[in-house]
Amino acid sequence: MKAKIADRDGALAWIFLMPSVVYILALVAVPFILAVGLAVSDVTAGDPSFNFVGGKNFEAAFSDPVFWRSLGNTFLFTSVSMVLIVILGKVVANILIADFKGKWFVRFLVLLPWTTPVTLGAISWLWLLDSIYSPIDWVLRQLGFLAPQGNGSNMYWLGEPGLAMLSVIAVHVWRLTPLAAVIMMAGLVAIPKDMDEAARIDGAGWWRRMFEVTIPMTLPVIAVAALFGAIFTFTDMAVVDVLTNGGPNNATQVLTSWAFFRGIDGGDIGQGAAVALFLFPLLMAAAIAILRAVRKLEVH
Amino acid sequence: MAIVEVAGLVKEFDSGKVRAIDSVDLATKEGEYLVLLGPSGCGKTTLLRTIAGLEQPTSGQVLINDTVVTHLPPRARQIAMVFQSYALYPHKTVLGNIVFPLRAARVNPQERQRKAEWAAGLLGIEHLLARKPRQLSGGERQRVALARALVRDPQVFLLDEPLSNLDAKLRASARDELKRFQQEVGTTTIYVTHDQVEAMGLGDRIAVFSQGKVRQIGPPTEVYDDPADTFVATFIGSPPMNLVPDGEKLVGFRPEHLLPATVLNGDAMRIELAVQRLEYLSGDRHLYGTATGIGEPTRVISRLPATVTEPVEPGQTYDFAVNRDKVRYFDAASGLRTTS
Repeated sequence: MKAKIADRDGALAWIFLMPSVVYILALVAVPFILAVGLAVSDVTAGDPSFNFVGGKNFEAAFSDPVFWRSLGNTFLFTSVSMVLIVILGKVVANILIADFKGKWFVRFLVLLPWTTPVTLGAISWLWLLDSIYSPIDWVLRQLGFLAPQGNGSNMYWLGEPGLAMLSVIAVHVWRLTPLAAVIMMAGLVAIPKDMDEAARIDGAGWWRRMFEVTIPMTLPVIAVAALFGAIFTFTDMAVVDVLTNGGPNNATQVLTSWAFFRGIDGGDIGQGAAVALFLFPLLMAAAIAILRAVRKLEVH
Repeated sequence: MAIVEVAGLVKEFDSGKVRAIDSVDLATKEGEYLVLLGPSGCGKTTLLRTIAGLEQPTSGQVLINDTVVTHLPPRARQIAMVFQSYALYPHKTVLGNIVFPLRAARVNPQERQRKAEWAAGLLGIEHLLARKPRQLSGGERQRVALARALVRDPQVFLLDEPLSNLDAKLRASARDELKRFQQEVGTTTIYVTHDQVEAMGLGDRIAVFSQGKVRQIGPPTEVYDDPADTFVATFIGSPPMNLVPDGEKLVGFRPEHLLPATVLNGDAMRIELAVQRLEYLSGDRHLYGTATGIGEPTRVISRLPATVTEPVEPGQTYDFAVNRDKVRYFDAASGLRTTS
């Protein structure tokens, strides 16, 4: 009997690896190299011929105050969202593992924001935050926090710089909390039941058990959830694009949306690529941090 | 030191479908080492957890020193428990583990340090205080778990199969250590195990459990020599007690009492033993054969100590006998002890 292809380990390894190799090359490596190339070129939507211009695109980007504003906004959005995502995710994770009647329905509701496509979710928030017909404003009016009509009867959630920022953060948190919750739930479930029981016998109350046993033991998982939350906020532009388009007056402009407006809407592809490339070192640091946290998980 | 008592305790799971504890009444004596012994799934661990307050009984009461604690949380019960896995906090050092109950009780730092050093000294683990649990051997982990239990001056120690995670060699020395430790501190201890050797070796008294009920409670010699029913008779002893059906009763005798007729004197019960197989175990000979002459022919085991040198060959039939004062009778229907 002849050896079949299924018997040849070397060939099999290549066959199985090929789809992911192709995927990584075509959809990660090529676009990345393209971005680097475009960032040092004068390619525009109107003139796609390639001319090397060195660091000119970076100079132009850095001299634009909107770039710095976007960078600051990106960090603000990401850090505030990350903190809120982790705290709320932890709370929701505790709800997810709790045993009570109708828990499947609560789980379903909790996971809904994550399963909804980003754009759809963002569009429904756009309606909820509408400048005139916002249901949130209506509720506030009914509760007496807003004037019943005329001046001061609307919040203009997406029209005021501070409120716009708050709204974008809130939507990010709403969208990513379920993901963080599921990741942390997996960590919580993995803690041996003995640990909590031993702590109860040792006389520890709920808060002490939470902060001295549960949280330290799930720290690597919490780190993973935090980093995923950060990366997804950091790289997302759909929420900003749908809700505010970067406005009002660039108050919610972030690096991703700025790169898009410059490169695609504005047609200056070289400068768009330069701005986008700026995300790379930051994302790489985050990726290394994730891998380290995962490594720590494996060691335990 | 305290007396732990459970009265009419019932614990049901799955809304009454499973009865893990079936109306148990039990009381320890002061400073006693009480062992709960039974096969897995007999309810002994559930009973221990109910005493600890980790489970709420379906009905019945738990009392510690005549105070009803049934509805108090574990931390209000002044108990310490050592888990099967030891449940040491992996992110804390040994010292951090030992002082954890003291911090929870808001003991001041000097007192904490003093107590932790005292407990560590008693268990001989002073040199390990800075290590993390994963750097310790199984025996060292057990000692840390005991130290953590000890620092709170508990009224009662609850131990849930603390030796089952150790390898066989370590188990014997760890058992010895446990016993010495308890004698030193003198605290009432309830110890759960499925291992009869541990139970016989450690217990002042043994409570034998089966299907959520206490079958017998008494000192090791009593449960071994005078089992209350056929379950206790066959669960304790290795090999177990021989039971030969004879009409409405069962004739019971331990393998070590079934001996060649020539070595016995006094009033003995004659048995014909057709030997089928022989095992030579740590100096003793275990004979597997069929007994006739007392009720129905039945497979029995005889254990000949090294001091009995009578030659025995498989395939032969011999005259064996059991001293009458070693014979126990049980009711065939209920399994309970009867008189002759």
